[in-house]
Amino acid sequence: MSESKTPLLDDLEKGPWPSFVSDLKQLSKKKPVVSQLLGQMEQSYKDRWNYWQGTVINLKGYGGGVIARYSELQSKFPDIAEFHTIRVIPPPGWVYSTKTLRELCDISEKYSAGILQLHGMTGDALLLGSNTAKTHEAGEELMEKGWDIGGSGGALRTLACCVGMARCEMSCYDTMKTLKHLTDTFISQLHRPEFPYKFKFKLSGCANDCAASVQRSDMPIIGTWRGPMQIDQAEVGKFVDAHGADYVVENVISRCPTRCISLKGREIAVDDANCVHCMHCLNVMHKALRPGKDKGVTILLGGKRTLKIGDTMSSVLIPFMKLETEEDLNKLTELVERIWEFWTEHGLDHERVGEFIDRVGLGTFLEGVGIEPDPQMVIHPRANSYIKFEELAPGKMAGEPKKTPSVMDKEIETREAAV
Amino acid sequence: MTAQAKKLAPRDNGAPEYMPNLHPLMVKNYGKWKYHEKIKPGVLKHVAENGDAIYTVRAGSPRTLSADTVRKICDIADKYCDGFLRFTSRANLEFQVAKEANIKPLIDDVQKTLKFPIGGTGASISNITHTQGWMHCNLPGTDAAGSVKAMMDDLFEEFVNDDKLPARVKITTSCCQINCGGQGDIAVNIQHHHPPKIKHEGIGICEHPKVVAICPVAAIRPAFMNGKPTLEVVDEKCMYCGACHGQCPNLEIRDAQTDTLAIWVGGKASSTRGGPSFMKLATFGIPNNPPRWPEVSQALRKILEPYKKTGKPYERIGEWIERIGWKKFFEVTGFPFTKYHIDDFRYARTTFNTSTHVRL
Repeated sequence: MSESKTPLLDDLEKGPWPSFVSDLKQLSKKKPVVSQLLGQMEQSYKDRWNYWQGTVINLKGYGGGVIARYSELQSKFPDIAEFHTIRVIPPPGWVYSTKTLRELCDISEKYSAGILQLHGMTGDALLLGSNTAKTHEAGEELMEKGWDIGGSGGALRTLACCVGMARCEMSCYDTMKTLKHLTDTFISQLHRPEFPYKFKFKLSGCANDCAASVQRSDMPIIGTWRGPMQIDQAEVGKFVDAHGADYVVENVISRCPTRCISLKGREIAVDDANCVHCMHCLNVMHKALRPGKDKGVTILLGGKRTLKIGDTMSSVLIPFMKLETEEDLNKLTELVERIWEFWTEHGLDHERVGEFIDRVGLGTFLEGVGIEPDPQMVIHPRANSYIKFEELAPGKMAGEPKKTPSVMDKEIETREAAV
Repeated sequence: MTAQAKKLAPRDNGAPEYMPNLHPLMVKNYGKWKYHEKIKPGVLKHVAENGDAIYTVRAGSPRTLSADTVRKICDIADKYCDGFLRFTSRANLEFQVAKEANIKPLIDDVQKTLKFPIGGTGASISNITHTQGWMHCNLPGTDAAGSVKAMMDDLFEEFVNDDKLPARVKITTSCCQINCGGQGDIAVNIQHHHPPKIKHEGIGICEHPKVVAICPVAAIRPAFMNGKPTLEVVDEKCMYCGACHGQCPNLEIRDAQTDTLAIWVGGKASSTRGGPSFMKLATFGIPNNPPRWPEVSQALRKILEPYKKTGKPYERIGEWIERIGWKKFFEVTGFPFTKYHIDDFRYARTTFNTSTHVRL
């Protein structure tokens, strides 16, 4: 037997967790290009260095969705000189019939290296390893068969949602339907970058936030309810009998962030007006406690990962709105359009909406998008006393009432940032 | 219309329909689920208001899959799941089973044919989120799929069991400081240790104003060298984030000799109990050591073992540390607390202890 060409990667074939190396090695018998991919990865492992260069290639009529990669070691690995990824919008909630999934396998083998990644961190289904010509052909076949290409660059990105009402009793709104509605309504903004930078929606049916929307998306839409939580006191009694009152006090009652829940014998009482819908008690006693019947969503804004000012967490924009009817969905799309308009008008290059809000102030932002301030948007009111009260300034100094909120002129700020 | 345009497939199809991709029982009971219970690690039972039940078998996946492996997954779903399955946000597979009797043969088949483990539910360590690394990214300082494979080999027992930890532990990885792996209870992320090295000869390909503007600390400014425009970096201002490197490959932030890994703890996305939280620095300077990164796995154990011993049920790592205090955390893990653990960026002062609450 000849000596292995990938001794470092071979080490990752050992151990109990399934090995991508073994799978790719098997694939390389059918797709020789994959052995060159493994060869370059081995070189990276050896040198602790990366050998991909990145750029963008676009399908006709599209402004994103293909992640182009060129090997810097193409003299050694000529077959991966061009080795691109195509981002494909998956079905909402990553649900597949085997027919749907097999179609993706066939397209991936026909035009790419036959490598799928299910899924990328934004949520796309990824097909790896097409050269430039095959990328265009794959794109045409995908679109011919009803698939569509995901987002990249300063555009709306592919949306993601939890399993929602399809298989979860906690879900307070229809995440899949909302995802489909938003994707289809804003498909042009997804395909043709026109924003200062990327914009992500993630949709979670409840505050458990299985889509990790608060930290990973610019606009999380999270299910909630108002009014009384549904309580099945007979099931509460069974739970108390099975676990004991001490367990319930220690793991349910005392963990409530607003101390709105109490145990009275074998029954639970909830001060619903003070419940913040955090989901903890429902998670522990999921047979006994359920979300209330008047369901809706809380909409937040401004989350993103580290680059470049540090992480920002999304914060409350709309404390509650119903999201059931077509009219409700239209209200949501109108809200999104107002936010995009204001952000696109005043945002700087590469400035996510959360960074933009940090720069101009949430108060100014609210004025710009026409939303009334609400105490639920903050942990507490401001503690610093330097305030420009527009209404309280003398007439001459305050000037004419402003039609648009005071955001510094875009060009001036760009210049200042450059200094 | 040109011949070329005629050949084009339809554009702007939007998201695929979900109903045809859902198991018939999930279509029938859409929005009518009543409760769920865990049958055993990796197996959930969801019960609808009308008494219908569907079982979910969760399996760990390496995320990067050959088309043939995905077809094998489809074969199994055809055999036991009426031809339907789903993926989770952490790249696990979920097989939906209508008949309870199908659970065991399905699990046997997944373990035999795919060699995928069953687990990832409840108080377990689920699949580690990661992106491309050396397989397909243009910016990484380390690998993604390989380091995840190495870590999951070591954490395998915590994936297939769900009674070894106080609560779920979500681990994430990032190969550069863009940190696309995201927040987690624990994160393993690359750290760079010097300002970007400028390759003046190739810098003409980059849009200089954009590179200048992207720097969060205004450390990059235009310059001239041999009569040609280039860029320069004010080293004292630079915080080694690498934002410029994404904008211009000729500002090289990575360094095979000096890049290391840092471990962060206490991130949480859900609003349960105290609300979402960001992760905080636990330890740093861990060697970037392929193919197995053993020093990372050792450091993870230093966090997980004391957490197992003293964490309370439902208490995530961040909540556990908040309760016992950071002083205790550094004691029980043995990680040194240094000046580098004290924030010096925006909002640093909000992280200082302004009370006399000290554990003595």
